[in-house]
Amino acid sequence: MQEEFDVLVVGGGHAGCEAAAAAARRGARTALVTMDARMIGAMSCNPAIGGVGKGHLVREVDVFDGLIARAADEAAIHYRMLNRSKGPAVQGPRVQADRRRFRAAIQGIVAAEPNLSVIEGSVDALLISGECVQGVELGDGSHVRSRTTVLATGTFLGGRLFRGSERQEGGRIGEGAATRLALQLRAQDLPIARLKTGTPPRLDGRTIDWAVLDRQPSDRELWSFSTMGPGRVAPQLACALTRTTPETHDIIRASLDDSPLVGGAIEGRGPRYCPSIEDKVTRFADRDSHQIFLEPEGIDDHTIYPNGISTSLSVEAQDALIRSIPGLESAVIAQHGYAVEYDHIDPRSLDSRLALGGLKGLFCAGQINGTTGYEEAAAQGLVAGLNAACEALGAASVLFDRSESYVGVMIDDLTLQGISEPYRMLTARAEYRLHLRADNATTRLGEAALASGAVSDPRRRSIMRHFGLRADAKCGRPIQEDGADVFREIEADTLYAPYLARLDRELSQIDATAGVSIGAAFDYRRVGGLSNEMLERLEAARPATLGEVSRIRGITPAAVSAILIAVRGIAA
Amino acid sequence: MSPSAAADTIFALSSGALPAAVAIIRVSGPAAKQALETLAGSAPEPRVARVRALRGAGGALLDRALVLWFPGPATATGEDLAELHLHGGRAVVATVLSELGGVPGCRPAEAGEFTRRAFLNGRIDLSEAEGLADLLAAETEAARRQAIRMAEGGLTGVVERLRERLLGLAARAEAVLEFGDDEDDVAPDHRLKSDLADLARELRQTLKSSPAERLRDGFRVVVAGPPNSGKSSLINKISGRSVAIESPIAGTTRDLLEAPVILDGMAIILIDSAGLRATDEVIERLGIERAEQAITVADVLLWLGDEAAPRADAIRVHARCDLLGRGVMPATADVAISVKTGEGMEKLRNLLAGKLSSFLPATDMLLMTDRQRGLIASCAEHLEQAALTPIPEVASEDLRLGLRSLDQIVGRADVEAMLDALFGRFCIGK
Repeated sequence: MQEEFDVLVVGGGHAGCEAAAAAARRGARTALVTMDARMIGAMSCNPAIGGVGKGHLVREVDVFDGLIARAADEAAIHYRMLNRSKGPAVQGPRVQADRRRFRAAIQGIVAAEPNLSVIEGSVDALLISGECVQGVELGDGSHVRSRTTVLATGTFLGGRLFRGSERQEGGRIGEGAATRLALQLRAQDLPIARLKTGTPPRLDGRTIDWAVLDRQPSDRELWSFSTMGPGRVAPQLACALTRTTPETHDIIRASLDDSPLVGGAIEGRGPRYCPSIEDKVTRFADRDSHQIFLEPEGIDDHTIYPNGISTSLSVEAQDALIRSIPGLESAVIAQHGYAVEYDHIDPRSLDSRLALGGLKGLFCAGQINGTTGYEEAAAQGLVAGLNAACEALGAASVLFDRSESYVGVMIDDLTLQGISEPYRMLTARAEYRLHLRADNATTRLGEAALASGAVSDPRRRSIMRHFGLRADAKCGRPIQEDGADVFREIEADTLYAPYLARLDRELSQIDATAGVSIGAAFDYRRVGGLSNEMLERLEAARPATLGEVSRIRGITPAAVSAILIAVRGIAA
Repeated sequence: MSPSAAADTIFALSSGALPAAVAIIRVSGPAAKQALETLAGSAPEPRVARVRALRGAGGALLDRALVLWFPGPATATGEDLAELHLHGGRAVVATVLSELGGVPGCRPAEAGEFTRRAFLNGRIDLSEAEGLADLLAAETEAARRQAIRMAEGGLTGVVERLRERLLGLAARAEAVLEFGDDEDDVAPDHRLKSDLADLARELRQTLKSSPAERLRDGFRVVVAGPPNSGKSSLINKISGRSVAIESPIAGTTRDLLEAPVILDGMAIILIDSAGLRATDEVIERLGIERAEQAITVADVLLWLGDEAAPRADAIRVHARCDLLGRGVMPATADVAISVKTGEGMEKLRNLLAGKLSSFLPATDMLLMTDRQRGLIASCAEHLEQAALTPIPEVASEDLRLGLRSLDQIVGRADVEAMLDALFGRFCIGK
């Protein structure tokens, strides 16, 4: 049978675009299937890219010539380096992005990619033959065949929207859902569960009383996300700050009756670090006010994103609560907030390439793996896209280690620990936090990027040049004028070197047996005394080494020792 | 060797010394049920005590015993487990043990092997395993009480509480790193450093409790003094045995002699030392050097010399007070004794017991093994470093290493535990 494509990507969000572009850069004939090509690269929620941990991911994806950093630079209308008062390891670059410019930038890169075709249509089913996925069936009944398939369905897989007592099928307001695909996947006996997320109402900026509000201007200092980016190209806008009032909280409390969150209509768990305003008011009843950032969605766009009041309360309640907030007394809601619940796959059924164990040729990236955030999605898109291409082309996998990248930390966490809420990157998740900095991504990952075969010639030169500058600096040769970033990077290396040396000592002491490998066929039930919970976790995650075993939640040191002894017994 | 599948079945007398009213033999391992069936005909229903006639291979009645059957893995060792509650005569127990040895796959257990299997099978954590081992080895009441507390997770509880507090501090530190620039609920935390220093001090305090090894192995009480001052006689008197050679010839005791003694429920080791005097004799001088060393490291020094004691905290004993010319106790002595008449012996015992009990930990203060003390100390060190460093992300790394140290005592804990503490405390989500 002749495949039309090496790699087929389902979904045109941050994971899907990154996956399709990475596969294409790697030399695979790639198709991106999306319900609506005009929505490729849409930011469904907050108009920001980056942050602490998230900004680190963006820089890492950029080293592999990914899209997100370049598009963020094209669209940035407000820059902020978070944690500037702290050390470089935890400084997180973040920008507010003009929604339209971001989408246009992504669509531009996708269109320019010679190996990449965009197919408009809804994917109704995977073409499964035996245990192999061979492509997809579209809504019109046509088949698109491919060697490998990447699912990046976001909130669209079995997506349902909630607002007050309203219910609607869909992955985003005004759009459809991948309902038939969800049914087919559930019928495959895959470990599927529900998660939820939410988004705030959007305001018409012309109806906000800006004069009474505090402004937060863009950083003066020049920095950008991509080392290959256009620099600062868009005009800079300010954000503003306001707060909820006791009256706001009264309105929310009075409206909880028809909240789908409180009423139990939503079964999926939402993210703790991005709670709805009704969650905040209920869980932190002692706080009488919560901060709201008013973020512009674009330069020639009046829409304002009020960050901090994600809600799925009824339309009436949303109207009332907005009017109780200083500066928003006469604000008009352009689009009401809502919650969305969607299907995700237990990521422990994935391997470190993000390939699904049960179905050959199928990869997953983004929210389908239980994560949240554009940056997390993009980073998984890179991993899934590169490896789907490698599998289709018969090339070696591209793997990420948690001691060298946040991408690796995330993949390792997801595939070993699984998730209990939408997974967001935090620097606390990385044990080598002092090493994994946003400012040394090229140094950390440059070689891997070159070896991946998925970077352009200009990128290759840029990486080589970076290595050259570092080498020069190390030999004491004067750094050229444009090497200031390298100079700062080396300064940071020096700052952390003693701590990293100590950390290395401590971690290697503790993990002396971490490298002991565990055969794929190892039977944990032969290790006496493991609880059912531990067995379930070990069998779901199938750790490859003893170090991975010890990182799995709920596995006690005694259990690790028992497994070590059992493994050694087999090896002996 | 895999702990369950390929392991031998082990058995041992697991109750106290014989003869006794009841003797309990435990059998653990894959052949436990077969062993039970061989001796008792059949295994009773799980976890129910039944009276059975135990018979040997030749069909002879060995004993009528209470037998229990515990199928693994929910047993003390994590393996299949059988218990035989016999009448506690030496002959009965010896016969049953020898019959068990004849069951294929069964062998006598090595010391600590039951505990080791329980640990390897994940039934108990390391600190519990250490507690059980101490319990089995405990010879004194104080050590036994301590071991029981430890085996029941007493240390786990204490470390758990310390860890809980450290998690709270780590969450505060992490909140500032992850969200400090963005969330109004996360303000600069000016109290964090002093709270860290406080916790470090408390950890150090925990370490000041007397070491567990000492309670188990006995306090070292050194009896020292010039030659012929009555050291050996005193040791023999206290221990009620002839440990040391008593002789009027100076220099008789040339090496350290040790006599384990139990005093008021505390284990002590009485150490007789060579008499201290200037000598050219090589062997005697070696003995004197050792005595001097023993004096330095002793928990308590009983000093029998008339001249000043080599340690200020010594109990100064005016010995041989029955002798002519020694009837009056000098002001420099704490107690006057005579091993011949028994005079002063009660007072000396009380003085010694009083001194020793000051080393005992307060009732709920826990004793730890060297490994556990080392980990608590390393945790305290990391916290002290965290309180000192001006770089917040480096302080957070120190806190993580500190948590790791505590985790190694009780096991588990991960990023999620810290995040639970963080999101429980701060309202995050701008």
